[in-house]
Amino acid sequence: MERLGRWLSGGALALVILFLLLPILVVIPVSFTEAPVFRFPPEGFSLQWYEKIGRVDGLLGAIGLSARLALLATVISLLLGTLCAIALVRGVVPGAAAVSAFMLSPLMLPGLVLGIAMLQALREVGLRDAWWSLLLAHVVITLPFVMRTVLASLSLFDFGMVDAARTLGCSYPVALWRVLVPNILPGFVSGALFAFIASFDNYPVSMFLVDVRTKTLPIQLLNYLEISPDPTLAAVSTCLIALTVAILLLCDRLVGLRRLAPV
Amino acid sequence: MKRDPLGLLALPGVGYLALVFLAPLLLLLWSSVRGPEGWTLDGYVRLLGDPYYRGVIAASLQLALITTGGALLLGYPAAFALARARGGWQVVLFALIFLPLTVSIIVKSFGWGIVLRRDGILNWALLNLGLIERPVRMIFTEGALYAGMINVFLPFMVLPIFAVVRMLDPRLPDAAATLGASPWFSFRRVTLPLSLPGVVAGVSLVFSLSVAAYVTPSLLMGDRYMTMSMVMAKAFLNLRDWQLGAAMAAVLLAMALAVVVGAAALQRRLGGR
Repeated sequence: MERLGRWLSGGALALVILFLLLPILVVIPVSFTEAPVFRFPPEGFSLQWYEKIGRVDGLLGAIGLSARLALLATVISLLLGTLCAIALVRGVVPGAAAVSAFMLSPLMLPGLVLGIAMLQALREVGLRDAWWSLLLAHVVITLPFVMRTVLASLSLFDFGMVDAARTLGCSYPVALWRVLVPNILPGFVSGALFAFIASFDNYPVSMFLVDVRTKTLPIQLLNYLEISPDPTLAAVSTCLIALTVAILLLCDRLVGLRRLAPV
Repeated sequence: MKRDPLGLLALPGVGYLALVFLAPLLLLLWSSVRGPEGWTLDGYVRLLGDPYYRGVIAASLQLALITTGGALLLGYPAAFALARARGGWQVVLFALIFLPLTVSIIVKSFGWGIVLRRDGILNWALLNLGLIERPVRMIFTEGALYAGMINVFLPFMVLPIFAVVRMLDPRLPDAAATLGASPWFSFRRVTLPLSLPGVVAGVSLVFSLSVAAYVTPSLLMGDRYMTMSMVMAKAFLNLRDWQLGAAMAAVLLAMALAVVVGAAALQRRLGGR
C-alpha cells in the first residue's frame, strides 16, 4: 500500500512535468520548419522564420518597447520598493503590517480589473499618452515583486552585523557596502528579475492602455496570431523561452532557484 | 508625536500606489454605482437580472472550480513526490515545474494550440498508436479549455503544497506505523491534516487566478465560452457600456477578495489547532 502510494505520486509528478512542458517544447521544432503552417511532425529545416521576425511590421519595435518599459518599470520599482522596505523594517511606520499588505496587494488583484481602473482614471485626468500610461501601470505591476523579495531579505538580515563591522573599524558607509549589500543582493536580483518578467509578459493590463502606434510585445504577438498565424510566432516564442531559461539559470547561479519561488 | 525619519522613506512607494492603484480602483467601484442621474444600481440590476450574464458568471465559476479541482488532483500527489526527491534531482524537478511559470502565457496558449490542432502533435501521436483512425477535433472544445487552464495554473497548486510538505518530518508515517496505524489511516489522520495549509494556499490561489482568467479562455475558445473577464473587456472596449463593465469588475473583485479573506481565516484556524 505504501509502495503503491509512492508509485502513484511519482507517476503524478512525471505526468505533471510532461504536461507542463508539452506546450512549451512543441513550439521549438515548429519554429525550424520549412512549411508555412504548423504541422506535426515539422517538415525540413530552415531558419526563414527567424529571419522573418525582422521583416514583420512592428514586431522588433514591440520587442524594443516592451524591453524599455520593463527595464524602466523595474528600476523605478527597485527605488520605491527598497526605500519602503527599509522604512518598514528599520523605521517606525504606523500600521506597518497593513502597509506591507497594501504594498503587496496589486498581486492579488485580477490584472484586467487593474487595467480597466487605470484606463478610466487616466481618461478622467486627461492623460492619453500610451507610453506614460503603460509606464505608470507597469510600476504598479512590478512594485509588489520587488517589495516581497527585498522585504523578506531585509527582515532576515541581522543589523547587529553592521554595528559589529563598525566596531571592527569600518566606517558606516563601508560597513553598509561590505556587509549589508552582499546580504540583501539576492533579494534585490530575484525581485528585479521577476518584476522584469511580469512587466515584459503582461497582457491584461496593457491591452487597455496601448494605442495603434505603441504596442507591447504580448499585444503585438496576439494581434499577429489573429491576423496571419505562421511559424514566425514559434520563432519569437522560442527566443522568449531561451531568454527565460537564461534568466532562470542566471538566478540559480546568483541566489539558488528554490529561494525564488513566488508562492 | 516624534517623526521617525526612516519611517518617512515609505512615503514615496505608499503614495505612488495610493495615487496610481488605489484611487483608480475606488473610482471604478464608484462609477459602478454612480450614473449620469445620481446614484444607481442599474449596472448590477442589468448584470444579475439578465440570464445571459448570470450564465457567464456561472460559467466562470464552473471553469474555476474544474481548473482548481483538476490542478489539486494532479498537483497534490506530485508535490509529495517532489518533496521526496533527493538533492540534485529535487532542484532539477523543481526547476521544471517552475520554468513554465516564467514562460509567457501567450507562448503557452499558442503551443497548446499546436498540440491540439487537427494536424497537431496529439492527433499525430494517437493516429500512430492506432488509437484513432482519423484526426479528432480537439481545439475549441470545452475539454481543451479545461486542459489548457489546468496547464497554466498547475504550478500555483504544486509549489505551495510542496512548500508545506517538504517541511514535514519524513519519519511521521513510520512513527504512525509503529503505533499500529495502517498506511491509509496514517495518511488520513497524520499526513493529510498536516498538509492542509498548503492545500488551502494552493486552492485559493488557483481559484482566484482562474476565475479571473482572460487570455487562456479567449485564445482557446474565443467567443464560444464567455467568462466574466471577457464580458468585462467587451463592455469596456466594444460596447462602451462602462456601467455594466464596472459592475462586473466589482463582482469579480468581491469574489477574489472573498477567496483571499476566506483562505486567510481558514489558515488561522488550521494554524491554531
